[in-house]
Amino acid sequence: MNGLALQLAAELFPRGVTQYLVGGVMVAAGIAVIYLGTAIIPGNSTFLETTLSYVSNLSRLNQPRFVASRDWRVVFALSIVAGAAVWGLLLDPGVFTTQVQPWRLFGGGILVGIGTRIGKGCTAGHGVCGLGSASRTSLVNVVLFVGVAIVTAAVVAALGVTP
Amino acid sequence: MSADSTDRHPLFMPLVVLGGLIQGFGLAYSGMARPEVVLDFLQFDDFGLVFVMGGAAVVSGITFFAATRFLDRAPLTGDTYGRRVKSMDRNVAVGGVVFGVGWGVSGICPGAAYASVGIGNLPILWAIAGMFLGAYAQGYWRSRRASVSGEAVTTGD
Repeated sequence: MNGLALQLAAELFPRGVTQYLVGGVMVAAGIAVIYLGTAIIPGNSTFLETTLSYVSNLSRLNQPRFVASRDWRVVFALSIVAGAAVWGLLLDPGVFTTQVQPWRLFGGGILVGIGTRIGKGCTAGHGVCGLGSASRTSLVNVVLFVGVAIVTAAVVAALGVTP
Repeated sequence: MSADSTDRHPLFMPLVVLGGLIQGFGLAYSGMARPEVVLDFLQFDDFGLVFVMGGAAVVSGITFFAATRFLDRAPLTGDTYGRRVKSMDRNVAVGGVVFGVGWGVSGICPGAAYASVGIGNLPILWAIAGMFLGAYAQGYWRSRRASVSGEAVTTGD
């Protein structure tokens, strides 16, 4: 690589690329372990809906397939929490606290909850598993959510909202 | 799905735990558990997230390809391997747009939010509370309106 390419790489990837690549491979490896053992493709947003069936009698939330998978989805989500905690203990001792304002997290979270349920998936389901399945449906969903998120983040920043 | 709670292989839950641990570790390692890193990507300050989604999609693609082509049945459930292909309808587009606005406002998605709890990020509970509220609102609306929009059965996302 010549100097210009190096400069460009540093410009585009100020934190380098190693953590991103290794992290991404591990995200998929976690999915692959479960898939190879069970043939289940575990996403992350269905957990929201199935877990609500423990406390709600809404018919939509109590579909048989939701009730059937709700227990392992709770275990899966808690294991994700634990896996991140292990990383924190081993590689990054100390506590991370985001500076992004609570109203952004809460309001954005509501839309994430609605959108992933209407659209049949999230970053893991459509972005990782769907694209990995060469699914056109997932490609449409991913192009839309990434594109819209870029525009949204630009608008929020233009309004002077930081962090 | 034969993975309901009545008649499961004893290794089913341990495998789910193992997969979750690996994925959680990876989400934390990649930086996606930090909303700031995602917002940096969305604002073109750091394109690293392309490598997270790209790397993950390539690995899952190889896994799905190999399993559907060369493997017979899953050892713990006896189910056949498939790919993740959902039916295309208006909801896929509408949901993608709504999710995109939420992702752009908050910088967090479901899996990354769970991982964020693990790195001690307490404010992320606001996001998780919001996600549950949103999922409940959508479920409430769908329950009231018996839909015939041909929603495909999803086995997991």
